[in-house]
Amino acid sequence: MAHADLISTATLTDPQPLVIAGHEFRSRLMVGTGKYASNAQMIDAIEASGAEVVTVAVRRVDLDRSKDEAILHHLDPDHFFLLANTAGCFNASDAIRYARLARAAGFNEWVKLEVIGDQQTLLPDTIGLLQATKTLVDEGFKVLAYTNDDLVTALKLEDAGAVAVMPLASPIGSGLGMLNPYAIRTIKQRLSVPVIVDAGVGTASDACIVMEQGVDGILMNTGIAAAQDPIRMAAAMRVAVEAGRHAYLAGRMPRREVAVPSSPTTGMLGS
Amino acid sequence: MTEAVAGEVVLSVNGTYRSVPSGWTLAKLLASLELDARTVVVERNGTILRDRSSFASLDLAADDSLEIVHFVGGG
Repeated sequence: MAHADLISTATLTDPQPLVIAGHEFRSRLMVGTGKYASNAQMIDAIEASGAEVVTVAVRRVDLDRSKDEAILHHLDPDHFFLLANTAGCFNASDAIRYARLARAAGFNEWVKLEVIGDQQTLLPDTIGLLQATKTLVDEGFKVLAYTNDDLVTALKLEDAGAVAVMPLASPIGSGLGMLNPYAIRTIKQRLSVPVIVDAGVGTASDACIVMEQGVDGILMNTGIAAAQDPIRMAAAMRVAVEAGRHAYLAGRMPRREVAVPSSPTTGMLGS
Repeated sequence: MTEAVAGEVVLSVNGTYRSVPSGWTLAKLLASLELDARTVVVERNGTILRDRSSFASLDLAADDSLEIVHFVGGG
């Protein structure tokens, strides 16, 4: 396996493991499975990321078999927690249909719910998202709702029964990092359900800064898959998420706009 | 749309019309497409077929609309 040296189970112990809807996960990093150069590269990157939750999309089978798209031919569903998304859905009824199809695959009743409102920015249609969340929660789904960084929408999604709320750091696939740390912190402080930042992380420092806001986890795809070396970036993301988590738990020093010496000011020669 | 021939039924599979011998079951169709029923989900005329054990006894009918989906890479 390429980059075997980067794949390690050694992690800092997190005193509060990530729990969503009563299910405890072994990593706070969730990863997507799209955009990789090959299935082998995808599998190595996921291993290097240490992620347990991996997202997948629901699409028509290519009956002409022009390529082997079936991800279950490559990904062991006993080793990973498959989280189906509703990516590509532009209204509530399509998203509900895709969620039902995903559940019928028989792995779990969880869904990463996306209702996209704008083709160019892929920003969510929060009205459709709320409608779909209510319907799917009523049908017994565990809904993780992809949303923007708006507190009021996040609160409404929690009220509607979402088991986790997933505000964006910045638009899907943009790699712009976290544009509004204040909004992300506010959402985390006000919600009871886990907050998983989804979309926009471009490199390891972005992931670290996101986790330093105190959020419960991160979901990313392009930040790993579009790196020059996705497997190495996956490993970097793993340690960045851990670093950010522990920095948050440790509690950072206060910022000061004056210097404070680190060495003793007494005992200088000639004094 | 494909014209129906005696002894065959025409139905839509993933948006394309296909002609299959009459009497074929869904299981037969999946097998002919070399699909493992355990890795796909089938929606027939808008209804998801959640019980895969029913595939072997489900006769395909003219004008059926089937959607056969599976999991692919995504974020």
